[in-house]
Amino acid sequence: MHLPAYRFGKPYESVERTTLVHFLTGEPVVEVSQVGGAIVGRDMQKGARAREALLAIDPEEIVERLQTAGNLYAHGTLPMGDSRQSPEDFVKQQSATTGLPESLCRANMQKNLFVLSNMDRMLDALSRGLPPEVFWKGYGREQRGVVVSYQAQSPVLGLVLPSNSPGVHTLWLPVIALGVGLVMKPGGQEPWTPYRMAAAMIEAGIPAEAIGLYPGATDVGASILASCKRSMIFGSAKTVEQYRGNPGVQVHGPGFSKILLGDDCVDRWEEYLDLMVESVAINGGRGCINASAIYASRHTEAIAAGLAERLGPVDVLPPDDPAAKLAAFTIPGAAKAIWGQIEAGLAAPGVTHATESYGPRLVEGERCGWLRPVVAHCTSAEPAIAKAEYMFPFVAVVKCPQAAMLEKIGPTLVGTAICDDPVFRSALVNCTEIDRLNLGPIPTTRLDWLQPHEGNIIDFLYRSRALQVPAAAGVA
Amino acid sequence: MSTDVPAKKPVFQVADDATVKKARANLDAHAVEMMAWHFHPSTGCPFWLEYAKSLPFNPVTEVKNFDDLKKFPPFQDEWLRGGPVTRWIPQGFAGQPAFVFETGGTTGVPKSRVNMRDFRTDYEQFSDTLPEEFFPRGANWLMLGPSGPRRLRLSIEHLAQHRGGICFCVDLDPRWVIKLIQKGWMEHLEAYKQHCIDQAITILEAGHDVKCMFTTPKLLESLALALEKRGTTLRKAGITGIFSGGTEFTPQWTRFAVEELLDGAYMTPTYGNTLMGLAASRPVVPADGYTIAYYAPQPRAVIEVVDFDDTNAVVPYGGTGRVKLTTLTKETFVPGFLERDEGERELPYVKYPWDGISGVRPFRELAASTTVGVY
Repeated sequence: MHLPAYRFGKPYESVERTTLVHFLTGEPVVEVSQVGGAIVGRDMQKGARAREALLAIDPEEIVERLQTAGNLYAHGTLPMGDSRQSPEDFVKQQSATTGLPESLCRANMQKNLFVLSNMDRMLDALSRGLPPEVFWKGYGREQRGVVVSYQAQSPVLGLVLPSNSPGVHTLWLPVIALGVGLVMKPGGQEPWTPYRMAAAMIEAGIPAEAIGLYPGATDVGASILASCKRSMIFGSAKTVEQYRGNPGVQVHGPGFSKILLGDDCVDRWEEYLDLMVESVAINGGRGCINASAIYASRHTEAIAAGLAERLGPVDVLPPDDPAAKLAAFTIPGAAKAIWGQIEAGLAAPGVTHATESYGPRLVEGERCGWLRPVVAHCTSAEPAIAKAEYMFPFVAVVKCPQAAMLEKIGPTLVGTAICDDPVFRSALVNCTEIDRLNLGPIPTTRLDWLQPHEGNIIDFLYRSRALQVPAAAGVA
Repeated sequence: MSTDVPAKKPVFQVADDATVKKARANLDAHAVEMMAWHFHPSTGCPFWLEYAKSLPFNPVTEVKNFDDLKKFPPFQDEWLRGGPVTRWIPQGFAGQPAFVFETGGTTGVPKSRVNMRDFRTDYEQFSDTLPEEFFPRGANWLMLGPSGPRRLRLSIEHLAQHRGGICFCVDLDPRWVIKLIQKGWMEHLEAYKQHCIDQAITILEAGHDVKCMFTTPKLLESLALALEKRGTTLRKAGITGIFSGGTEFTPQWTRFAVEELLDGAYMTPTYGNTLMGLAASRPVVPADGYTIAYYAPQPRAVIEVVDFDDTNAVVPYGGTGRVKLTTLTKETFVPGFLERDEGERELPYVKYPWDGISGVRPFRELAASTTVGVY
């Protein structure tokens, strides 16, 4: 199979291609054309056409087509480069090149399907009930009769996508429904979701001119960021730092999501063990929404032991085993290097390794490696490992007085706070370190898609500004 | 030397055996002549004359051909870093005006090479490879690329003058570009690039009758895209011939440039550096998969593609190895310098009847620690 680049609908076969291989066997799975950043720069000179192609279609029709696309993505056999791909092919291919168990690939498909199927509700929630025509025309009248104007800040959204977490794709799915095109650099190991999603959208009638796919090296990412007025990039903490404060770039990095057990609930911690296990380990523990720390003022040793008892025995299984929970690190030496960092962190004063008695954590294969779940106990929030996040089920259980928690937690993408104390709840609501706040026993990984994630994408793509018309003039 | 031939039939005209042998004999004789110059007290430079005392052989009498240069221990690139640079000036050129040129400076203290006339000779020889149709004599040139401590500015200017033209120059400082990248100041990087491109467009639009230019691949694409945004092209701006180099070329980039950026202007990729001079390329054609194959200006400089572990053994034709460079001019002697590049060994081409190299890219073991191809 060969995947060409798509230059706003036109397939482009590069002279240079990379071959992605099966993470276990090394067998070739797919060849992917590799283009350079200059192609993106050149095509972006005509980027406005992507939005024009979308605006030529009724916005409600676009939403319906996206819902059809969701169905095709999850259940259809779609054109894929010079071949065709069934949902089962997709699962096997995605697993083969990323190291994700097939069961997790299937689960992520369902997540994407859910978002596309509920696109109408999601847009209604994100726009707070604005008629969709407002985004097409640039202005209109909201339900209470006031004229509002939303100005598109870019005809396309640039996306520099990751290889390691297919779950993130839900973030950009509403973009087409907002009348904005897509310029994507697929992850090096995971071209599957953007390619299949694009194929499903085009099959469902979304104009091919609205979607660009540019596989390539880092210069493609740089060119997307330079040429698209709005871009989304997924990367490390360093990437986040690099683009902090750049209004044109939304950066998604480590989440450092956490569970905080309030003093009024912590004595009943066993009731929340399932919630904690799910938050730490679901989806291979790879997501930014997976919990990497659990804070409590007491019982932390028991919590760590309880989590270790549940997570410690989890072992590596073949990727097609429905019970497989761990994803492989497919970059040679990566698992070993990460384990080296963790071992150093576990050796720090005040840190104990709760999963130590459940056997070695590092599992090395011929071409890849795995890390079995790690639970660390920290007597304070000070050790470096209390602030760490890794791409597998890893959690630090941190002993910390409730009064100091919000000072110590640091940036937290999802914070699940289990407490009924109104004073602490009020402090949590006001804590700017927490992005998504779950007040009550909700796993960090269970997202309500009708709520904005890391900022409302409408606020990113559109600017709400004043637009006045004479009182006598009508606003359609 | 291995005579392995790749399975795929070459689409270019391979040099015949007799021509290859003649060129080799010429190289062998040149190597002997250079030893007589560099290791004679009246002509050699202080560095080599002193170094010769530590050698277990006499270069003047015991180097009888090019292969005998392998008797020299590996050349240490640290020797080229720092001063005094006068230790490299041959006694035979004492008192002549000297230039000092530095390499990119992407890896610490730059390596330097003194020059009296070599850069002019290199570019005069290169001039003979340029097709008149696209690089007409008397045409003016635009030099858009790194100048400063590099020899490019003077070399391109000399090339233009040698061909009867005048050279307009726009500078780009690659060391600052590297800092911008390392600091993550991408907006500044973009602004600096734009600053350079704006100056180039100003020159092209100022009625200077510029027909030829030198630039790097990245600046070429930026210039072409900037012109496209203004509704014009390189060709419409008057450019007929482009000599490009300085950073890595890939077949895909070259194809993209030919198909979408150049609008019919001719581009010749080159591979060069301060130590070697300038390697010309054989014509880049679609039938050859846009392969870019370079040939060193032999006998003044020799490129060998050598085994990564045994750097005295060349790899078979089509095989991958590290670039080993030998410079053999009266001004400079550098035996067996291992460059920071790798590539594939190419068959001798009819115009350049000696080994070439294609697919030049950063040497895999150094690539992770250096910032390359930034301009």
